[in-house]
Amino acid sequence: MKKPIYLDYSATTPVDPRVAEKMCQHLTPDGNFGNPASRSHPFGWHAEEAVEEARAHVAALIGADAKEIVWTSGATESDNLAIKGVANFYGKKGKHIVTCKTEHKAVLDTCRQLEREGFEVTYLDPEPNGLLDLEKLKAAIRPETILVSVMHVNNEIGVIQDIAAIGKIARERGALFHCDAAQSTGKVPIDVNAMNVDLMSLSAHKTYGPKGIGALYVRRKPRVRLEAQMHGGGHERGMRSGTLAPHQCVGMGEAFRYAKLEMAAEIERIRGLRDRMLNALKDMPEVYVNGDLERRVAHNLNMSFNFVEGESLIMALKDIAVSSGSACTSASLEPSYVLRALGRNDELAHSSIRFTFGRFTTQEEVDYAAALVKEKVAKLRELSPLWEMHQEGVDLSKVQWAAH
Amino acid sequence: MAYSDKVLDHYENPRNVGVLDKSDPNVGTGMVGAPACGDVMKLQIRVNEQGVIEDAKFKTYGCGSAIASSSLLTEWVKGKTIEEAGKIKNTQIAEELALPPVKIHCSVLAEDAIKAAIADYQTKAGTKGSKADAA
Amino acid sequence: MPVYLDYNATTPLDPRALEAMLPFLTEHHGNPSSVHRFGRTARSAVDRAREQVAGLVGAQPGQVIFTSGGTEANNLAIKGVAALNRPGHVVIGATEHPSVAESAASLGEEGWRVVALPVDGDGRLVEPAIEPALSLRPALVSVMWANNETGVVQDVASLSARVREHGGLMHTDAVQAAGKIEVDFAASGVNLMSLSAHKINGPKGVGALIVDKSVEIRPMLHGGGQEKNRRSGTENVAAIVGFGAAAGLAKSRLADYRARLKTLRDRLESELCELDGIEIFGARVERLPNTVCFGAAGIDGETLLLGLDRAGIAVSSGSACSSSHREPSPVLRAMGIEPGLALGAIRVSLGFGSTGQDIEDFMTVLTMQWRQLRRMTGRAVGQA
Repeated sequence: MKKPIYLDYSATTPVDPRVAEKMCQHLTPDGNFGNPASRSHPFGWHAEEAVEEARAHVAALIGADAKEIVWTSGATESDNLAIKGVANFYGKKGKHIVTCKTEHKAVLDTCRQLEREGFEVTYLDPEPNGLLDLEKLKAAIRPETILVSVMHVNNEIGVIQDIAAIGKIARERGALFHCDAAQSTGKVPIDVNAMNVDLMSLSAHKTYGPKGIGALYVRRKPRVRLEAQMHGGGHERGMRSGTLAPHQCVGMGEAFRYAKLEMAAEIERIRGLRDRMLNALKDMPEVYVNGDLERRVAHNLNMSFNFVEGESLIMALKDIAVSSGSACTSASLEPSYVLRALGRNDELAHSSIRFTFGRFTTQEEVDYAAALVKEKVAKLRELSPLWEMHQEGVDLSKVQWAAH
Repeated sequence: MAYSDKVLDHYENPRNVGVLDKSDPNVGTGMVGAPACGDVMKLQIRVNEQGVIEDAKFKTYGCGSAIASSSLLTEWVKGKTIEEAGKIKNTQIAEELALPPVKIHCSVLAEDAIKAAIADYQTKAGTKGSKADAA
Repeated sequence: MPVYLDYNATTPLDPRALEAMLPFLTEHHGNPSSVHRFGRTARSAVDRAREQVAGLVGAQPGQVIFTSGGTEANNLAIKGVAALNRPGHVVIGATEHPSVAESAASLGEEGWRVVALPVDGDGRLVEPAIEPALSLRPALVSVMWANNETGVVQDVASLSARVREHGGLMHTDAVQAAGKIEVDFAASGVNLMSLSAHKINGPKGVGALIVDKSVEIRPMLHGGGQEKNRRSGTENVAAIVGFGAAAGLAKSRLADYRARLKTLRDRLESELCELDGIEIFGARVERLPNTVCFGAAGIDGETLLLGLDRAGIAVSSGSACSSSHREPSPVLRAMGIEPGLALGAIRVSLGFGSTGQDIEDFMTVLTMQWRQLRRMTGRAVGQA
């Protein structure tokens, strides 16, 4: 068993070796290195063919038409393009956007930017299980609402929103619906038509493809319009300029092709591993699972170990690679905003660890990780004044803490 | 975030973890920080009649740097008079442990903790019999 | 194997850069934002690449913002500076890449005025037009270091000094210049500089904007806070590592590049000059050592290109981005090249893989094509 053990598949995944091999065909000197925008020679044509084949694979995974797929540099760009693109194009129709407090930063920070530009954004609170109350969503949509943006699967707690129902509500009320599906491809079946999705952000590197490539699904019927955010050259039907990187597109296409083929079997195997971990840890005192356990992707387990601080726990768990909160924010000292939005108190939010399992996780690794977590939590609790107070029966919520 | 070897050493083998009797008039207890901020430090000192810190114990809820800062502090204050211990600056701790800028607050907390423990001891010494709780 | 003479469109990835990249696809796959070992390994690889890229252009590592390519770098420079300034004037060169020209044009909606500095027949900025433009006190001036179609090099350093005197910021698109000629960010005095990996035998999908520390820009991509909040999104680690490796290589062989390619290019040009009616654009001024852009009077470039392609020669008729349009290139138009000549323009751009044999093959096919087309169009002209 190789250490550290990687249990952070929601932060990023390794490129599947089969995918890497296909990418190399566009990277080696005797392979095809053309610029797909070059129209005057076969180097360009072959590159373009490869890009289009990959586009079809991406579309197939989500039940879309290849023409509805716009390549981007990743889900962050897709989220930015979808939200700003809609806001800029439909801003005359209305200036209100509805989203949720547990969205990825790429959605939240983009909405904040639009607020500075005169848009109004409603940030819905999720229920304590992480899911949206659809009645609250209905109530939030107004005549001037142009866009609803709700993620499919949450990156921290793995809960699955009822996208089909949300899409239906948005459509009935005349708002466009954007869904960040960076965390759901290959983990949950997706059908953009059945789910009434107008725009969907996709990422390759969360699904065993390369970093630096993503896509935005943009519905054609009825047609969704966007104002381009990146100018120059008019690639991607004018929606996103910039030379395409065929090896990246091919990597994403191939990764999504395998996701479609192997998803059903893979999910069941990974669910077994996740449940094994959960069963090993759930009987410890003062341990909580964050987010709904039923409506949740199979590979995510997010737990709070009360009276132990998350960062020091991660440090103690140096033989396993996990994260506290999302990778993007894990260098900051703030407790996870997602857990805060669920109503978790600061202590529990500070004490959370996200374990995410994946294609290359083994049972042996899970058993090792579970044992290590138990041991280290016990050790840190011995060190924790809060644990000591809890043992003495002190109600920590009643203590007056000296602020600093 | 890369931790220095010294932080790792104190974190993996923390010195002087434990508890002193809070009701002992010669023991001063300082508890600083808040769970909501992600760190709580409890530092206790036992002071002899010459005003010298004979023993020090700590418990810390917090990141590796917070644990290391408090562990290091217990080592430093032992054998010092309370006046000397009260002069320890957070910058000395930060320097010794090579703390990165985002972790400087851990050393500040440690300085606060020893000051609070000393203050608690002095309150007790000044008002013998009455119990003061630093928390 | 066809002959590839379109290195300004894109270059093959150097095998050494590929070798550097591969472990970061599979084994070292961490997200640089993660604090665990996988993340730290990725982070330090990105930092190393940042040093290499900075090293190629005489910048500090802290000045490098990695982007998804040259287009994003140009967009970020122009929109990023404009967003933090009150709308006024932006000055660009008349022969800028579409990613600069269109980014600048997009600012029109917010009330910005775009002034294009004219170029002369050689593609160089027209001196008397510069001062009046600068007297408008533009917030930003963007002039490319070297042109993608003609290879013509602008005197960026002297322009940036004047821009500074007028209190503006200077951006240069150095996508085509870096790695081909000496480019020094610090010495040139520019505030922002765009780079692309795939023009210097690095991978596609990655580029950089070099930004002077005194300059603030508003990010285009929000969410995540990577690249010190100036460019959010998970870093494209493998590609960044490939960019770094390619930058390192480019720096080490800069002198060799010039010596080898200029010899080849000069040979090509002297042979071209033997065909009558052929004009080499920008021939009188400083150009990149690898680029030849020429027109043949009365010959349609598209037809010539197809003929060259059938014979297995890959060149381009202008920039790759716009090669689906059938109009004379805006660059050549700006230079005042007459449309008849501009429509026949062919760009040959050489790279490290180019050989004397390539030049010979190209000239053989071109000469044949040229003669044939001359006969045909000669007749057509005669009929009309």
